[in-house]
Amino acid sequence: MPQNEYIERHRKLYGRRLDYEERKRKKEAREPHKRAQVARSLRGIKAKIFNKERRNEKIQMKKKIKAHEEKKVKKTSEKVAEGALPVYLLDRDVQSRAKVLSNMIKQKRKEKAGKWDVPIPKVRAQADAEVLRVVKSGKTKRKAWKRMVTKVTFVGEGFTRKPPKFERFIRPMALRFKKAHVTHPELKATFCLPIIGVKKNPSSPMFTSLGVITKGTVIEVNISELGLVTQAGKVVWGKYAQVTNNPENDGCINAVLLV
Amino acid sequence: MEQETENSEPKRLLCCLRSESGGKLCGDIVDLPTDCTVQQLTMMCNALLQQEEPVPYLFFINDNEVTSTLEKTVSALNLNSEDVVDIIYKQQAVFKVRPVTRCTSSIPGHAEAVISVSFSPDGKYLASGSGDTTVRFWDVYTQTPSFTCKGHSNWVLYIAWSPDSSKLASACKDGKIIIWDPFTGNQKGKTMIGHKQWVTCLSWEPYHKNPECRLLASSSKDGDVRIWDTVLCTTQKVLSGHTKSVTAVKWGGTGLIYTASQDRTVKVWRANDGVLCRTLEGHAHWVNTLALSTDYILRIGAFDPIKDSHKDTTITDKKKSQEFALERYYKITESHGERLVSGSDDFTLFLWDPEKDKKPLARLTGHQQLVNDVKFSPDCRIVASASFDKSIKLWEARTGKFITTLRGHVQAVYVIAFSADSRLMVSGSADSTLKLWNLRTKKIEIDLPGHADEVYAVDWSTDGLKVASGGKDKVLRLWQN
Repeated sequence: MPQNEYIERHRKLYGRRLDYEERKRKKEAREPHKRAQVARSLRGIKAKIFNKERRNEKIQMKKKIKAHEEKKVKKTSEKVAEGALPVYLLDRDVQSRAKVLSNMIKQKRKEKAGKWDVPIPKVRAQADAEVLRVVKSGKTKRKAWKRMVTKVTFVGEGFTRKPPKFERFIRPMALRFKKAHVTHPELKATFCLPIIGVKKNPSSPMFTSLGVITKGTVIEVNISELGLVTQAGKVVWGKYAQVTNNPENDGCINAVLLV
Repeated sequence: MEQETENSEPKRLLCCLRSESGGKLCGDIVDLPTDCTVQQLTMMCNALLQQEEPVPYLFFINDNEVTSTLEKTVSALNLNSEDVVDIIYKQQAVFKVRPVTRCTSSIPGHAEAVISVSFSPDGKYLASGSGDTTVRFWDVYTQTPSFTCKGHSNWVLYIAWSPDSSKLASACKDGKIIIWDPFTGNQKGKTMIGHKQWVTCLSWEPYHKNPECRLLASSSKDGDVRIWDTVLCTTQKVLSGHTKSVTAVKWGGTGLIYTASQDRTVKVWRANDGVLCRTLEGHAHWVNTLALSTDYILRIGAFDPIKDSHKDTTITDKKKSQEFALERYYKITESHGERLVSGSDDFTLFLWDPEKDKKPLARLTGHQQLVNDVKFSPDCRIVASASFDKSIKLWEARTGKFITTLRGHVQAVYVIAFSADSRLMVSGSADSTLKLWNLRTKKIEIDLPGHADEVYAVDWSTDGLKVASGGKDKVLRLWQN
């Protein structure tokens, strides 16, 4: 084994042979002839391998030539960034605000039809038996007209419970929710917003009126904090959102804003 | 019984009519009945000043406007009726701009947000610069696009008309400046390259200094201000001294250039040799905008909104028009000179007398968020400031006294524009509306919804007929009466 880089050292000290460059050039110039000689004399599998290699080499060469040609052409235009801002906003970190949400007329129309393009279109129907538990009453527990809601509910601000004798549906305090984590799909940001009401529970209109919140329920949330504006320049107050998780299992409500 | 006699014989008041600058009218004191109305005062003023045509006036007693009769104002102020009362009269514009009420056209065309909109000084052309790298000229009369000018390689941030309306300068985010010909839509001369970062503001040399409109000042993010020769398309001077981005540049009528910067200073330069005259210090944060009391008069050059708007008068005699412009400039600056107001990120404004003093005349406080835009009214009496705290505040231009706050926008107010007669103002905001304000009643006149997104630029044409606005929704809108 050679000790140290003695060849390099020698070269540094004494230089190369005087005819080194010329010899190198000649050798390189002779190279294609040599290769041709080999290519002509090869037979069988060896020829196949050689030709394949040569072909790949040529492809690479062509690619390289093309790339160089492209480089020579002066680049006409770089991509101009989107989201142009006026001078006075350039130095400020303007948070990417979503476009003004779809206009009011559209929303009204949808509301009337009671249909929205929702992120979760198919929702598993909740059976009555699943949502409501029978509470037996009476001295001998013979009466079974009371129901307890076993899902998360939203109960309005000024709600007072009826006297026990008349209260058919019990909505437990522990399962009442006032706030939801709402994600804005364009902003990709989540906010904890107060719930205004339950707009539609797809399982049954009765659940809607009871304020039962299950997966797929459309709720109305107060988004005035987000500062979205209508076309008329008013702050949007209420917006619909669809629940995306099973609140009764998770202990929180996650929802996506319907834009 | 006594009361009856008082009623039958109206009280009288010794008054002294003064002009704004303090000169007395009609020599001495006049004895006026207290039930004298504004109309009667106006008639008297017209007669005494020997105006050929009746001119509207406003009357003030101790800075309080006389709205109905003298008696009401005097009693509201608890003035001693024995004393001589000084009534200050202020002439208003002869012509009246009618408030814009409707959107006459929304012209699509731009492929990106419209960042700047500007009417030509003679009100015949309209240009807009956009994030799609084009400058577009619009036909004001038919409200259709006339030329699309491609040449920039990045967002067109600022456009400025030369005071003779024959050239438009536009600056882009790559720091290039291009001069366009509004008659053909072609580029004039070469692209002016020199700024290392984006250009924030442009300002032409005033018309009365040089009616050829040859020189242009530009300020840039790289901290330099350059003066360009737009014919040779070369840099004539580089004014460097600011240590941070220069946010605004104004070319004053006396040959001074005012620049505001994010390094918290406003600097005053002499235009002809580029010497730094003085540095105005006082702001505690970025200075965002500048406004000159002569902004309007310098912008319109030799154009006369009273006479020229009905006739097709192109400026033929350069010398004559220059004299006209100079005369008008002197008329407006004779009482107080050129005033400068600067708005800043420290929520305050400063009023300066930049020709004489490096100390501010007044510090205008009250905003709760940064001040984004400041404008003087064309008659130099009111300063309006738009702020991110959703309000517009009005200040007296002479003293800097607070007048009132205009509230109504639900998000940051970006820009404001005055009408030519100073009676109306329009503001554009992030809440996607324009709002028209009446400066007499200090209330909102009309709400102008229509844009689908933030409004970035608003301009009121110099003849007062139209308002143009552009914003993030890529549409240019024209508003009219």
